[in-house]
Amino acid sequence: MARSVTPRRKIINTAVAWAIGILIFFPILWTILTSFKTEAQAIAAPPIFLGFDWTLENYRIVMERSDYGRFLWNSIIIAGLSTVIGCAIAIPAAWSMAFVPSKRTKDILLWMLSTKMLPAVGVLYPMYLLFIELGLLDSRAGLVVVLMLINLPIVVWMLYTYFKEIPGEILEAARMDGATLRQELLYVLTPMAIPGIASTLLLNFILAWNEAFWTLNLTAVNAAPLTAFIASYSSPEGLFFAKLSAASTMAIAPILILGWFSQKQLVRGLTFGAVK
Amino acid sequence: MATKASRSAARLMMAPAVILLLGWMLVPLIMTLWFSFRVYLPLRGGDQGWAGFDNYTRFVTSSAFWPSVQTTLVIVLGVLAITLIFGVLLAMLLDQPMWGQGVVRILVIAPFFVMPTVSALVWKNMFMDPVNGLFSHVSRFFGAEPISWLSDASLPSIIMIVSWQWLPFATLILLTAVQSLDSEQLEAAEMDGAPHLKRFWFIILPHLSRAITIVILIQTIFLLSIFAEIFVTTGGAFGTRTLSYLIFQRVLESQNIGLGSAGGVYAIILANILAVFLMRIVGKNLD
Repeated sequence: MARSVTPRRKIINTAVAWAIGILIFFPILWTILTSFKTEAQAIAAPPIFLGFDWTLENYRIVMERSDYGRFLWNSIIIAGLSTVIGCAIAIPAAWSMAFVPSKRTKDILLWMLSTKMLPAVGVLYPMYLLFIELGLLDSRAGLVVVLMLINLPIVVWMLYTYFKEIPGEILEAARMDGATLRQELLYVLTPMAIPGIASTLLLNFILAWNEAFWTLNLTAVNAAPLTAFIASYSSPEGLFFAKLSAASTMAIAPILILGWFSQKQLVRGLTFGAVK
Repeated sequence: MATKASRSAARLMMAPAVILLLGWMLVPLIMTLWFSFRVYLPLRGGDQGWAGFDNYTRFVTSSAFWPSVQTTLVIVLGVLAITLIFGVLLAMLLDQPMWGQGVVRILVIAPFFVMPTVSALVWKNMFMDPVNGLFSHVSRFFGAEPISWLSDASLPSIIMIVSWQWLPFATLILLTAVQSLDSEQLEAAEMDGAPHLKRFWFIILPHLSRAITIVILIQTIFLLSIFAEIFVTTGGAFGTRTLSYLIFQRVLESQNIGLGSAGGVYAIILANILAVFLMRIVGKNLD
């Protein structure tokens, strides 16, 4: 509903919006800045904003102290695989719900979403036992399965809302031309659905990347992703602001950059198709 | 348009997702139910037989139970209120013509990408620390005594951290909705001399109702289970123990599986009450 306004209004809008934007972003900015300070400068009073001696020392120490590469790799594998497998299972389900709806379709969808409301801690111990029993504790495979399952309802839901926007006439036309179900899926629907699938993949990847209950409770060393990497800096001996900042920056940088580059797709995905 | 063949094919395609989620729901649920009726202390003798409803009565009568339910509700409602109010205001602002809108949007969306463990640690140490935190510097600058946020104002602090994380989500969804508002309708109202507040109340807010529903639904799902924000900051102390955190402590810290499982069943019941309530609204609003 953007309308034309007076230049004065526009200046005020710009000033207020930028001030709020910077305020909201400030904790992240401050963390990034602090990561380049020495420990003494990080706790200097009054705080130093920009005029400090920039150093990479903290990054070097963090790299030395913990195996960042392994945590990062675990995060990528766990978030990536759980997202891909989740989509592979969700796409057919969402497709059939959107194009062959029955009376129960909506009930099934709402039931799926309601499984997300089951509190994770309620089933923590059973999961823990199952994981030991199946030899999955502290394994990437186990986390892939769990994260895939906790995000599956949201993935199905998002894909469903996207698929529903694809006009049914196109399908009918394809069928008239004698397309089989497989061809219909591969050559007609998939190309049209790709933007929606991309948004879904992205959002799911971010949710899996940031998931911090199961990843903290079901891993120890081998499969621990970045959430565990950063949690190891919450212990008292880790309370050095500059090093904490460097570790934090390293944990959030990959996803922050990915998120910024894809924010258009993300915004579409986030609205769950419910807001046009 | 659906033929019999496509119907059975559709069922087949839905099957993996439905079966997996059913298994994911039922297996741990049944195990939790089973444990909740047992005396089960893994470090002190293991499974010691049936407990009847003892775990259930003990969990509810413990002095920590009702405060934890209250804390849970305060956090969920507090964060919802803050993110919705500021989300609506911010969405209206970002919809106005300005320079550098894209950059502002990038700044505002950023907290959503920060993992909860990181944001909790950063807020706890670099902002809320009573000695070296930025807030303490600011209050000293104004000559005030620094507050130790996470012990003296623990609940508001946690609500603030969580709101910071979820404000981008609310703002983005509401912004999408605001942008789709029919400007002619607004201009007509403006010409008829409807004051700002009236225009907001009778045209903009009703238009946003669907978006607000989505925000409430999705946020509630995630807020009910916030864990890292409490685990890292207060560890459940200073009145920040939510129901989930209480159960977590019973299971992992006291190693009392029976008691924790009974708590889990209560949490599941509470979540289901909320779920039914929310699903009703959403079901109606999403047709």
